[in-house]
Amino acid sequence: MAETVKHEQTLPSHPEKATLEGKNKFLGFWFFLGGETVLFASLFGTYLGLRNGVADGPTSADLFHLDLVFIMTMLLLTSSLTSVFAMINMKKGNFKGLIIWMWATVFLGVCFLGFEIYEFVVYVNYGLGFTTSAFASSFYTLVGTHGGHVLFGILWISTLLIRYRKAGVTLTNAPKFYVASLYWHFIDVVWVFIFTVVYLMGV
Amino acid sequence: MSNAKAQKSVLWDWLTTVDHKKIGILYLVSGGFFFALGGLEAILMRIQLMFPNLGFVSAQTFNELLTMHGTTMIFLAAMPLLFGFMNYIVPLQIGARDVAFPFLNSLGFWLFLFGGILINLSWFLGGAPDAGWTAYVPLSSEYSGTGIDYYVLGLQISGLGTLISGINFLVTIINMRAPGMSMMRMPLFTWSSFVASALILFAFPALTVGLLLLMLERLFGATYFAVDFGGNVVIWQHLFWIFGHPEVYILILPAFGIFSEILATFSKKRLFGYSAMVFATLIIGFLGFMVWAHHMFTVGIGPVANAIFAVATMAIAVPTGIKIFNWLFTLWGGRIQFTTANLFAIGFIPSFVMGGVTGVMLATSAANYQFHDTYFVVAHFHYVIIGGVVLGLFAGAFYWWPRMFGYKLNETLGKWFFWLFLFGFHLTFFVQHFVGLMGMPRRVASYLPGQGLDSLNFVSSVGAILMSVAFILFLVNVVVSVKNKSEADPWDGRTLEWGIPTPTPEYNFAQTPLVRELDALWYEKMHGNGKLKAAEPLDDIHMPNGSILPIFMSLGLFIAAFGLIYHVIPVTVIGLGITLGAMFIRSIKEDHGYHIHKEDIKKEEGVG
Repeated sequence: MAETVKHEQTLPSHPEKATLEGKNKFLGFWFFLGGETVLFASLFGTYLGLRNGVADGPTSADLFHLDLVFIMTMLLLTSSLTSVFAMINMKKGNFKGLIIWMWATVFLGVCFLGFEIYEFVVYVNYGLGFTTSAFASSFYTLVGTHGGHVLFGILWISTLLIRYRKAGVTLTNAPKFYVASLYWHFIDVVWVFIFTVVYLMGV
Repeated sequence: MSNAKAQKSVLWDWLTTVDHKKIGILYLVSGGFFFALGGLEAILMRIQLMFPNLGFVSAQTFNELLTMHGTTMIFLAAMPLLFGFMNYIVPLQIGARDVAFPFLNSLGFWLFLFGGILINLSWFLGGAPDAGWTAYVPLSSEYSGTGIDYYVLGLQISGLGTLISGINFLVTIINMRAPGMSMMRMPLFTWSSFVASALILFAFPALTVGLLLLMLERLFGATYFAVDFGGNVVIWQHLFWIFGHPEVYILILPAFGIFSEILATFSKKRLFGYSAMVFATLIIGFLGFMVWAHHMFTVGIGPVANAIFAVATMAIAVPTGIKIFNWLFTLWGGRIQFTTANLFAIGFIPSFVMGGVTGVMLATSAANYQFHDTYFVVAHFHYVIIGGVVLGLFAGAFYWWPRMFGYKLNETLGKWFFWLFLFGFHLTFFVQHFVGLMGMPRRVASYLPGQGLDSLNFVSSVGAILMSVAFILFLVNVVVSVKNKSEADPWDGRTLEWGIPTPTPEYNFAQTPLVRELDALWYEKMHGNGKLKAAEPLDDIHMPNGSILPIFMSLGLFIAAFGLIYHVIPVTVIGLGITLGAMFIRSIKEDHGYHIHKEDIKKEEGVG
C-alpha cells in the first residue's frame, strides 16, 4: 500500500505541507481554528456577562481553589510540550519518537480531563448545579465546551496513533499528525484564557 | 430493465457526488425549492394583510408564517443559491480542477439540506417556530412551543454545513489558483465569494454559540436568559446580531460580484476601478463586523454605544457608494447589450440605492426610535435583500445558465419576467415605507379599518402577487428553453469559465490554463488566438472518488436532533453514533481517488 512506503531517506524537511493536499489541510485547519476562536470568544463574552448573576447559588469565590487549577494547568501545558517533541521527531523522520511523545500527550490529556470531572463533581456536591444560576450555566458551558474539545482531541489523536501505528512518517500522515498537534496547542491556549478569566478573576 | 438499472445509478451518482459542479446544481435545485416555499409563505401573509380584519389565517399561523418566511429565505434559499453559483463558478474562474476539499463540499451540502428539512418538518409535527427569524428570548425560551426546538437544531445542523463550505472556499481560492492568477487578477465574483467566506468563518460560530445556549436553556434548563436566576436577555441579541449583521454582507457581497461580472461582460469593457472594487469589498466585509448593535438601538445600550454604532453603520455607505459609481462608470461609454442578465444588473443599481438610503435613515439612532419595528424597516431590508441579492441571483441565473446546463434561457420570456418582477417588487415594498411611517407595526397579523392603512396594504399585496406570477414565468422559461442549445461562450465572455467546452467536462480544464492578465479569456481574445494558453502538458488527471458517507453523517445529526426535541436520549445516542461511525470510517479507509487517462481526455476535447 502506498502509505506504508517509508520515506525516511527522502522525506522533505516539512513533510506536513509538502503536497497540495497537505497544504490545503494545513491552511484549512488554521481557518478552522479562526472560527473556533470566535466560538470561544462568544462563550467567554457570555460568561463575563453572567459571572455575577449567581442568584441564590454559590459564587465563584466560594468554590474555586487555585491549587487544583494549578495542577490542571501544569498537566495541559506539559501536554503541549510533549506534542512539540512529537513534531520535532516527525520532521526528523523519527516515527518511534513521534508515536511515543504523542501517546504521552494523550495520557496527560486524560489526566487533565479526570481532574476536570473531579472538579465538576465537587462543585455539584457543593450546590452549584448546571441550572442553579446564570453564573453556573455559563461556567459549565464555557469550561465544559473546552473539556469536550479535550475529549475530542484525545479520541482524534488516539485514532491516528492506532491507525498509523506501523506506517512510518509519510506524506499522507504527516499533515494529519501536524494538524492534530495544532489543535492540541489551540486547546491549551484556550485553557490559558480560562485560567485567567474564569479562575484568577474568580477567586 | 437495463433502463431502470441505469436510472438507479444516476441517482446513486448524484447522492455520492463530490464534483463541485454537481454539488453546485444540487444547491441550486434545493435552494430554488426553499425559495418557492418561502415565497408561498410570503404570499399567504400578504393575502391575510390585503384587507383589514381578515381571517384568512389565524394569528398563530401568521406568526409561524412570518418566522418561517424569514428563516427559509435567509438560511435555506438565498445563501444556498449563492453557494450554488459559488460552487459551480469559482473553481472555474480561478482555473482549478476542483475545490480544496471535495468530500467536505458534499458534506456541507447534505448538512444544509437535512437541517432545512428538519426545520420545515415542524409544520407537520406540532407547529412551526413562531418567535420571528431572530428568535428573541424570552419569547423563544419561555413562551414558544416545540417549533423553536426545530429552529434551533435545524439551523445548527445547516449552519455547520455553511461553515464547512466557507472554509473550503477560502482554501480553494488561496491554494488552487492557476499559474499567473494573482489575487489582483481574480474576477470580482471570486473576490466577493472569498470575502463572504471569510465573513462566514467569523460570523457563524457566534450563531453556533447562540443556538447552543438557546438549546441548553430550552431542553436542559440552563438559565443564561432567565432573569430570576441572574440571566440576561440582551446576551442573545448580541450573539444573534454578531452573526446576523455580517450575514447580510455574506448575502450581498457575492451578488455584488455577480453584477460586476455581468456589467463588464455586457458593456464590452473592463470593470471600472477594479482595485477600488476589491478594496471596497474588503472594507465592507470588515465594517460588517463593527455594526451589529445598530439592530439594538432601542434596547437601552446607552447613547454612547448608539452613537458609535450609528457612525460605524453610516461609514459602510462610503465603500458601497464607490462600488455603485464604479458600476455606472463601467456602463459609461460601453457597448451595452440589454440581455436579461444585464437588465437585472442595471435594474439592481437604482433599486439597491433606494435600500441604501433608507439604511442610512435607519442608522440615525435618534430617528430609529421612530422607525423601529414598523413596516419602514420591513421595506428597507426587502429593498436591500430583493433589490440586491434576489436580482443578483436571477442575473446570475440568466448569465451562467448556459455554462451550467448547456442551454440558454429564452430572452423574450426572460424580459417579461424581469419587468414583471421589478414592477411587482417596487409595488410591494415602496408603499410599505409609507405604511410604516404612518405607524403600522411589523409582525402583526392584522390591522383595523379606517386608519388609512387599507389601500396601501392592498397595493402591496397586489405587488406580491405580481412577483409570484413573474417567478412562475421563470420556471416556465426553465422548462420551455431546454432545446435552446448554447455554444460554449454565448456572451463573448471575459473570464476563464467561458474558455472550456460545454457541457463542462468533469475535470474542468484539460490543461491548467496560464493566466496573463485580468479578464484572462478576453486578453487571449485580444492578444492571442482566443484560446487559453496551457500551463502544463496534457497528462492524466487525478480525481476524487464519490462517497455516500456525507449523507450518513448528516442523517445521524438529523436523527440525533429528533431525540433531543422529544427528550428520547437513546435516539440521540444512536444518531450521534451514526455520525461518529461515518467519521470513523472516513478516517480509517484510505481513499486514493482515480485517474482519467489522457487518451480519454483527448477524445473528449476532440484533439489528436
